[in-house]
Amino acid sequence: MKQYETVIGLEVHVELATKTKIFCSCSTAFGGAPNTHTCPVCTGMPGSLPVLNKQVVEYAMAVGLATNCTITQYNKFDRKNYFYPDNPQNYQISQLYLPICRNGRVEIETEAGKKSIGIHEIHMEEDAGKLIHDEWENCSLVDYNRSGVPLIEIVSEPDMCSADEVIAYLEKLRLIIQYLGASDCKLQEGSMRVDVNLSVMEVGAKEFGTRTEMKNLNSFKAIARAIENERQRQIELLEEGKSVTQETRRWDDNKAYSYAMRSKEDAQDYRYFPEPDLVPVVIDDEWLAAVKSKEPEFRDAKKNRYINDYNLPEYDADIITLYKKLADIFEKTTDICKLPKKVSNWLIGETMKLLKEKAMEPDEITFSPENFAKVILLVENGTINGVIAKDVFKIVFEENIDPDKYVEKKGLKMNNDEVGLKKIVEEVIAANPQSVEDYHNGKDKAIGFLVGQTMKAAKGKANPGIVNKILKELL
Amino acid sequence: MNIMSLTAVELGKKIKQKEISVEEAVIAALDSIEAKDEAVGSFVTVCRDKAMEDAREIQGKIDRGELDGPLAGVPVAIKDNMCTEGILTTCSSKILSNFNPAYTAEAVLNLQKAGAVIIGKTNMDEFAMGSTTETSAIKITKNPWNQEHVPGGSSGGSCAAVAAEECHYALGSDTGGSIRQPSSFCGVTGIKPTYGTVSRYGLIAYGSSLDQIGPVAKDVTDCATILEAISSYDAKDSTSVKRENYDFTSALVDDVKGLKIGIPKAYFEDGLDSEVKAAVLNAAKVLEKKGAIVEEFDLGLVNFAIPAYYVIASAEASSNLARFDGVKYGYRTSEYEGLHNMYKKSRSEGFGPEVKRRIMLGSFVLSSGYYDAYYLKALKTKALIKKEFDKAFEKYDVILGPAAPTTAPKLGESLKDPIKMYLGDIYTVSVNLAGLPGISLPCGVSSQGLPIGLQLIGDCFKENNIIRAAYSFEKSMTYNRCDMAKQFD
Amino acid sequence: MANIISDETIEYVGILAKLELSDSEKEQAKKDMGNMLDYIDKLNELDTTGVEPMSQVFPVNNVFREDVVTNTDMRDAIIKNAPAKKNGSFMVPKTVE
Ligand SMILES: [Mg+2]
Ligand SMILES: [Zn+2]
Repeated sequence: MKQYETVIGLEVHVELATKTKIFCSCSTAFGGAPNTHTCPVCTGMPGSLPVLNKQVVEYAMAVGLATNCTITQYNKFDRKNYFYPDNPQNYQISQLYLPICRNGRVEIETEAGKKSIGIHEIHMEEDAGKLIHDEWENCSLVDYNRSGVPLIEIVSEPDMCSADEVIAYLEKLRLIIQYLGASDCKLQEGSMRVDVNLSVMEVGAKEFGTRTEMKNLNSFKAIARAIENERQRQIELLEEGKSVTQETRRWDDNKAYSYAMRSKEDAQDYRYFPEPDLVPVVIDDEWLAAVKSKEPEFRDAKKNRYINDYNLPEYDADIITLYKKLADIFEKTTDICKLPKKVSNWLIGETMKLLKEKAMEPDEITFSPENFAKVILLVENGTINGVIAKDVFKIVFEENIDPDKYVEKKGLKMNNDEVGLKKIVEEVIAANPQSVEDYHNGKDKAIGFLVGQTMKAAKGKANPGIVNKILKELL
Repeated sequence: MNIMSLTAVELGKKIKQKEISVEEAVIAALDSIEAKDEAVGSFVTVCRDKAMEDAREIQGKIDRGELDGPLAGVPVAIKDNMCTEGILTTCSSKILSNFNPAYTAEAVLNLQKAGAVIIGKTNMDEFAMGSTTETSAIKITKNPWNQEHVPGGSSGGSCAAVAAEECHYALGSDTGGSIRQPSSFCGVTGIKPTYGTVSRYGLIAYGSSLDQIGPVAKDVTDCATILEAISSYDAKDSTSVKRENYDFTSALVDDVKGLKIGIPKAYFEDGLDSEVKAAVLNAAKVLEKKGAIVEEFDLGLVNFAIPAYYVIASAEASSNLARFDGVKYGYRTSEYEGLHNMYKKSRSEGFGPEVKRRIMLGSFVLSSGYYDAYYLKALKTKALIKKEFDKAFEKYDVILGPAAPTTAPKLGESLKDPIKMYLGDIYTVSVNLAGLPGISLPCGVSSQGLPIGLQLIGDCFKENNIIRAAYSFEKSMTYNRCDMAKQFD
Repeated sequence: MANIISDETIEYVGILAKLELSDSEKEQAKKDMGNMLDYIDKLNELDTTGVEPMSQVFPVNNVFREDVVTNTDMRDAIIKNAPAKKNGSFMVPKTVE
């Protein structure tokens, strides 16, 4: 068999985190009963007209600047004409001739090393509505709540050659955009959607092969599987002497298989022309500078600062900065309690554990840095012990209660009363002669059991240091 | 007193002075429609009950002093391409025959705030595509002056309704002459304002970059007063322009001394009816006598306006009319197999031949491989035409010419030869391409007894120059608008 | 007639525009479009080299909305004209096989 290399370019659609749609004042809130977030504009009623949301332009500019793009200072919108029921006007307002960002790049790092991935352009456009298929009546139902939600489409250069690189690039984009607050970038919920353009060519060939476009990729895993599958499929075709057809294919992740989406009614001739209902967007240097000046600290800079200023191990800094939400909590909580390593431990340990148990994303965290800091301080100043602290933190995680009041109300303060604890330890020793014997026979584990029994008898509130000390004295 | 023979402003005054009640005015209009509309066919919807209800409400507001504008209580007819909540809005098309909008067009809202009572919606060429009102899927409107002739189009219903005194004034829309040409054919006065002056929000789009709503009325005073009421900066229309001045009635001055009027030579060449030519040149004389400086000049590119217009308007229309697909509103075919068949059948059955002709042309000129040759070329031509006008307005305050090359043609004549019909727009379309204001007002009657229209074109945002010239001309006009109304007595 | 419109072109434009023409309509459309394009070809007499295409007549730029939700639920008004609907959604023929 011949040797092939894979050429991959991505089209990434990102739903922007604006409160309203791109051309009307309807809410972009996720969910909601069908068509309850709609108006004449986003349902294509006759006579309705679009008015551009300024925040969309600012987010698009911010993403462009953060990905080293040139910002187009004279922007226009164009109409892309095609018929489909999720597209109420039967044209999508998009940008073809003068997209807002061009010629950018991001740096990625994989096991294969560092690499720069080019960004061909980023343009603004409107999202389509949602189609739900009704098997019962053999029809489809259209919900326009999502119609008109602002999107940016980030079109990369065909600079990637493996699933690893694709995922590194997507992670990089996701972090930049999340750090900018421009989107939450959730693949599962569709706020980040990836179309993979892939072709294969013989090693050393001068021209790219025919590419296909793969849609419906809802997770990084699905992306990786689809890339591998499509690469194989194209190579097999070429090996059999057949040719690859340029087409759009839909990935079915359950069946690990893709199929062509073509139909004879899709002429693929979008008849783009300048949108006459919108005026040009002119971005002057001042506006550009204002957006640039609001640029947040991105991940790499933050990571270095955590290592240098807070003395965090690289491992900790790496995990915390992977999500802007965690980084924000880390910084605010540290500001209050001044214990960066403790904060980091709680985030990487208990917080991650609870997130995993509850199948939550860090973005969904609801506890406040104030209450989080209080838990840490309660342990630090000896008010509660570590075991109780975990219970208290769980409640804070779930309900964001005030831990000071909670500890007070539930009577969870640590028991530091040596005389009282000594009595309990004596009772425990008396009740467990076997363990005492084991201890004397060198079984170190036995002391743990005795500590546990004492804690239990003291309702978990005993100061473990004092209990240990008394036990060792008495044995 | 015949209420219907009053102008809108005259009626407004009498309502204010309690000589006539709003209810009386509305009843007079409804009676007039009842008596004449079977013959004229101006209306596609008449809002009898609603109008009576509104009349009482508005009378109350006038009595309480909450409404005191010049149009308070005056009945109005609205072209059926402007959305009106609670009233059918059909664009005279089968595809929208049952459409009940969820909102009201901004220009209509402005009129309602001024106390207007909507008595009905007027017939038009389907989706405003046509020059005779014969492409309407609902009915044919006849010219009140001679019912064997067309009223012009596409605002034929609005112009015929005003001419036949079925209402005191109306709103029309003008994409390539659709207010000015039927005004000329029906012997009424109509203004197409500077692009961006009247909000397009709620106007069902034909050619978005060209469409403007404007008044149709009996005289220049009415038109200026109505224009003042409907103009506004509207944040819902991105192409709406924040003008420095929305005062048009202050230009109602009988004085043209020193006003510089240019007559484009090309407007008086082949194809212009000799009676029309004589009447229009006579109007120029009248203005000259009153002190205007009138001279001929060469306006370039006149013959390029129509082809550029039809490319741009059809292209925009093909996209604007894509939304009529049987999904969200309007007509859906009864039998179909699958989605695309439903689209095709609904649209093919729902649209008339002229609309289909323009959608096909528009889709073609935008299609892959033809965009540069047709659409871009037309946009470049538009830029050059605009330049020609800019140059002319460095020298002149007003450009004077005919509104149409002929008087109203006979019913059934125009649709036989579409291109010939399109050529009838030669004096009007360039005004839309360049975004200029234009007024058409009567300047004579042909030997056949049909009205002749004079067109005055102004520079952008300079409506007041054409209003002043039109008002001055009207003051000296010998021709009597009431001659025609007598035919119905 | 300089512009000859083929059957394929009419078919193709029909797909783009979602219009299904009868045979006689097709013949008419071929003729009409050809005539119209012949007429439009007049634009070729005009030298437009270096001319910026003009889509908007006025140099108005940067018309924006602030990002504030002002629309409330108006579903009933939005959906009332739908030829077919179910549970607050617009009903269309099945879009997937
Ligand atoms: Mg796109
Ligand atoms: Zn909306």
